[in-house]
Amino acid sequence: MAVANTGILDMSAAITGAGHDARGRPDAPREILSGPLSDSLSGPRSTGWWGMVWFAATEATLFACFIASYFFLLGDQENFGADGGQPISLIRPLIMTLLLLTSSATMWWGESGIKRGEVGRLRIGLAVTFALGTIFLLLQAGEYASSPIGPGTNAYGSLFFTITGFHGAHVALGLLMNLFVQLRARLGHFTATRHDAVTNISLYWHVVDGVWIAIFASLYLSPRLW
Amino acid sequence: MATGVVERVDLAALTDRLQEEWHTPRTLYGWFATVDHKEIGKRYLVTAFLFLLFGGLEAAAMRTQLARPESRLFSPEAYDQLFSMHGTTMMFWYASPVLSGFSNYLVPLLIGSRDMAFPRMNAFAYWAFLLSGLFVYASFLGGAAPHGGWFAYVPYTSVQYSPGLNMDFYALALLFLTISTTGGAVNFIVTIFKLRCPGMSVSRMPLMLWSTLTASVSMIFALPALTAALIFLELDRRFGTHFYEPTLGGSALLWQHLFWVFGHPWVYIVILPATGMASMMIPTFCRRPIVGHTYVALATVSTGIIGFGVWAHHMFATGMPELSATFFSAASMAVSIPSGMQVLAWLGTIWSARRHVFATPMLFMLGFIVLFVIGGISGVMTASVPFDLQATDSYFVVAHLHYVLVGINLFPALAAFYFWMPKMTGRMLSERLGKWNFWVLFTGVNLAFFPMHVAGLRGMPRRVYTYPAHMGWDGLNMVETIGAYVTVVGVLLFIINVVLSLRSGRRATSNPWGASSLEWSVSSPPPEYNFAVLPTVSGRDPLWEEYDSLSRPAAEHARNPAPTRIPASSELPDWRVLADGRETLDSTILDADPQGVLRLPSETLWPLGLALALTALFSALLFRSPVWTIAGTVATLAAVVGWLWPTQEFWT
Repeated sequence: MAVANTGILDMSAAITGAGHDARGRPDAPREILSGPLSDSLSGPRSTGWWGMVWFAATEATLFACFIASYFFLLGDQENFGADGGQPISLIRPLIMTLLLLTSSATMWWGESGIKRGEVGRLRIGLAVTFALGTIFLLLQAGEYASSPIGPGTNAYGSLFFTITGFHGAHVALGLLMNLFVQLRARLGHFTATRHDAVTNISLYWHVVDGVWIAIFASLYLSPRLW
Repeated sequence: MATGVVERVDLAALTDRLQEEWHTPRTLYGWFATVDHKEIGKRYLVTAFLFLLFGGLEAAAMRTQLARPESRLFSPEAYDQLFSMHGTTMMFWYASPVLSGFSNYLVPLLIGSRDMAFPRMNAFAYWAFLLSGLFVYASFLGGAAPHGGWFAYVPYTSVQYSPGLNMDFYALALLFLTISTTGGAVNFIVTIFKLRCPGMSVSRMPLMLWSTLTASVSMIFALPALTAALIFLELDRRFGTHFYEPTLGGSALLWQHLFWVFGHPWVYIVILPATGMASMMIPTFCRRPIVGHTYVALATVSTGIIGFGVWAHHMFATGMPELSATFFSAASMAVSIPSGMQVLAWLGTIWSARRHVFATPMLFMLGFIVLFVIGGISGVMTASVPFDLQATDSYFVVAHLHYVLVGINLFPALAAFYFWMPKMTGRMLSERLGKWNFWVLFTGVNLAFFPMHVAGLRGMPRRVYTYPAHMGWDGLNMVETIGAYVTVVGVLLFIINVVLSLRSGRRATSNPWGASSLEWSVSSPPPEYNFAVLPTVSGRDPLWEEYDSLSRPAAEHARNPAPTRIPASSELPDWRVLADGRETLDSTILDADPQGVLRLPSETLWPLGLALALTALFSALLFRSPVWTIAGTVATLAAVVGWLWPTQEFWT
């Protein structure tokens, strides 16, 4: 073993370790030469964060395909839209947009709290975000109930309900993640250096909000352009 | 801040400790709960090979029907199911998973890591791949296998014309598989980004990592188009929406666009990792580093990118504006530039070899280059719009796609079996039988597929279940069928070789081929922890450094002096080995500078549990059971929570 490996080992880069606590985790950061080598990476340095980035990328691409399908079918069809091509009222969707944007801000506020070790601020941020997301879903349900068309009326209806419905499902999933992290925060799992789960669900939430902006621009705003 | 404390432990004690940390119990529990990338990789390979046999049997059945004109062995409906399942199996449950198998086994070893970045997701991706495959094959039990071809064009596959469960099996099984494939892709990307050993900067990455990375990124952006197409199809079939219904504002062409926006990148996804494996094997048997390493890496990435801009060449016959057709025609021809660069690099490597070693993997590599060039040329022909309008939906296209997929997927995969199986099993395959295997298969494949070019140019349409005599197709079809049977014999020779090797093959040393990459630095098969001491590399060909100045040009020596080598010694410093639990190094993306210590999970049943919950959910959707759909959803969410709930030694 050692003989086979000899040719490729480089012993000049030293990783120094120190003692360990009862759980077997090192109680002091490890070091390589001059820089510290930690076992609690978060943000862009952690594997979990990168995993969420690519997961979010593929989800965003799904919505890009949905929206591209909308514009493909829109093509040059007359009367493609709700109620014979009449644009939908913007009041409710604007309120929904504001709610989601605010919820991104509160999520960020909570996350920046735990970066300083303030679990209380994290929990308040999560709770407010949860409430805003829930109101968003309720408003969306109200929008569905008052819609003159359904998913089976025509291809526009199919697209409208599929796109907004799948987005709603993503919001709901974000709320479940929120609950999960809220529970873990309550159990005291997070510290200033260990809160990967918070960073990751926060990233997911921002992406879902960003997707809503694209949906809002495509389904609600763009019909007013022509 | 380095403390400089150097504890010394003896190697035997160190490997014992690592073995204890990384050992998967050899029990039923251990079998279902393992997260070892090597075990999962082997399972991927075996399962994908079984699906290759299923798809091969379906092909053999079709060729039997087509051997003679006016044959009535299978009814038109049965024949439809055969060709649809043949294409679907080969494209989705063989061609991509077999490459995932090799990547799963090899990527952590190639990068000098102890496992993948997400070992549990790796296990889940395998179980979901297996269960989705069983799901689609369960359709045969009800006589309702998918029958719309592998690309399942609407309106034929919409509920008016295909009322049975056939296409629901297709759509739901593929949605299920997509989850597995996406998980696998994320895992490969993050592993290759973040887990490379110190010294393995981007410029030193072996080419197989480039191709796996390119294919995985392509999956991330290509699969959603398939997901969208399938969701629309299922909603149209089950919930009365009208995405594909032209009378209500929908469009049948929407399916074709979405499917091929996915489908053409998918073609590159199932061939690029194979070309990456070729770029590992050919230099080994030419005893020199590959010619144009950087250009091959760039060609791989550009093929992946251009692959997203060529989809409509599958749709020339649908009628599209001349400008669009011209664009897609030009883009399709442009793909031949990076492909040609790769071929030139392989030929240049062979041309300037220091010594030619014609072992079986190298024979398969030479066959692969020949088939690649033939398939590439017919590809450039069909990329031309006027030619395509004549050849589309004829056997010419069948010939082209089989040369490409057999040539650039099956041949490299078999070469890779001959090359890397000794690493996996510790036993060599027979060279003598291997050479028979190659020549029989190469003859069979060319006999089976070359005449299809001619049959297609003589007007034989694809997917016909039979044909009248005296169309000028009789003799060609007979030759093709004989070729198909010879191909079957070739595959049987391979299976015999594998069985004999497992029973009584010659023992493999750690580096039987004299190759240059890190997986050959450990024993065959590797220990469960892969590397006792995590390696550091200072060049592209770490195992050739000691006797090969070509792999490290003198200039780099001067700039970057070789690190001090430790002498063969049973003593290794403790601080270099990361043996306090399952640990590996986490490094920066570009330079692979160590950044942190990554803790990896041990055996768990949650991945299998999640895959089973999803199977229940998709079965409930298939049989339209609201109660079971809700139960399946709840079970899926519960499995995710159970999986994510931190255990005491593993929580952030």
